[in-house]
Amino acid sequence: MANNRYELNKELAQMLKGGVIMDVTTPEQAKIAEEAGACAVMALERIPADIRAAGGVARMSDPKMIKGIQEAVSIPVMAKCRIGHFAEAQILQAIEIDYIDESEVLSPADDKYHIDKTKFDVPFVCGAKDLGEALRRISEGASMIRTKGEPGTGDVVQAVRHMRMMQGEIRRLSSMSEDELYQAAKDLQVDYQLVKYVAENKKLPVVNFAAGGVATPADAALMMQLGAEGVFVGSGIFKSGNPAKRAAAIVKAVTNFNDYKMLAELSEDLGEAMVGINEQEIQLLMAERGK
Amino acid sequence: MRVGVLALQGAFIEHEKMLESLGAETFEIRQRRDIDQSMDAIVLPGGESTVMGKLLNELDLMNPVRDFIKSGMPVFGTCAGLILLAEKIYDDKAVHIGTMNITARRNAYGRQLGSFNAKEEFKGIGEIPMAFIRAPYIEEIGEKAEVLAVCEGKIVAARQDKQLVTAFHPELTDDISVHKYFLEEICR
Repeated sequence: MANNRYELNKELAQMLKGGVIMDVTTPEQAKIAEEAGACAVMALERIPADIRAAGGVARMSDPKMIKGIQEAVSIPVMAKCRIGHFAEAQILQAIEIDYIDESEVLSPADDKYHIDKTKFDVPFVCGAKDLGEALRRISEGASMIRTKGEPGTGDVVQAVRHMRMMQGEIRRLSSMSEDELYQAAKDLQVDYQLVKYVAENKKLPVVNFAAGGVATPADAALMMQLGAEGVFVGSGIFKSGNPAKRAAAIVKAVTNFNDYKMLAELSEDLGEAMVGINEQEIQLLMAERGK
Repeated sequence: MRVGVLALQGAFIEHEKMLESLGAETFEIRQRRDIDQSMDAIVLPGGESTVMGKLLNELDLMNPVRDFIKSGMPVFGTCAGLILLAEKIYDDKAVHIGTMNITARRNAYGRQLGSFNAKEEFKGIGEIPMAFIRAPYIEEIGEKAEVLAVCEGKIVAARQDKQLVTAFHPELTDDISVHKYFLEEICR
């Protein structure tokens, strides 16, 4: 029986649902994340907060560093490549990464074209601010979507905006008549079949996670209640006072996002949260990269 | 028939949909109080076994779930669920629920590039499609358990009394036969 790579790749994302994917920069951090209950880790040299602080061009991480993290844990390992940088993606596939994040957190390598992800055997996750971006990435071969949030800020406002935007547009599509859907496909600049799928199923054809600015169990619960199927946590964990405890609390908050009493207990005594920067205080909006 | 589906992490909704399409009632087990309601069977879904094992312990679910299974409640574990039920995990000190006389090998086919589709014979059902996602297989099987399916020489499904495990994900295909087998043959 022939392998259907795209289906298998969408299915791996289904296995990650209800889980927390954590940014890690060392094998030690990867182990802390795994022990805290991460369902996958994102291996990168610098977490987004430090990328933002350092400035300059941010690129794919050193494969040796990524391999060190692959050795350290048994859960799936993801890594980021620059938007449009298919050679970085080829390298990540060569080291058998479990998921590639074609990410706006790194400096875009191509200001016009995203990677043709259908050419790859490994799966891709891509960021999206709205339904059009999400469906365009899916038609390029992404098998998982996440909000773009505003990475490295500890400010959840953009992730909320993107998730609300996507869910609102999905609700709007599902109330449209068939002839209206043809026009919607034109407006969204995507294939009619994809639009039809979303209208009929009231969801994206792939798993949709929240990412960007999640720093507390309450942030994670907020995103889950807004319809996220899981959560990426970047700088929020290893930029905080007690990473192991905060990580474990966020994992539990994602599982029991509707139990307010448990959320109250989980939010207690976590030490200092990352300081963060407000959306208005930042110069560079990473979410505006790649549309 | 009321089936509790472990919903700590992973692909639990897919199981719920499939069981409901076969006429079973389902509910999600996310914390201790969820298992106080009446329940005829348990499903342990695919996902990450490390996450589910940890949360089973920390949410005080591990012992009650193990007791239910030991006292004969039917259970169906897919992929991570198989690992949770295994008495032993190859090259790993961890044991989770540990009620089934098998040794599971985690990530037995390697990373995501090793994930694959197959079509093989399942004892009592016939040939069925199988999706293996970073899947385990059964490295060793004890005498209390029975082999139900083999793929490329490796054991990928087994049963022991009221416990059913598959290394693949019937809940991800359109094929309802394994869930039907669970409800009709195991839960009977």
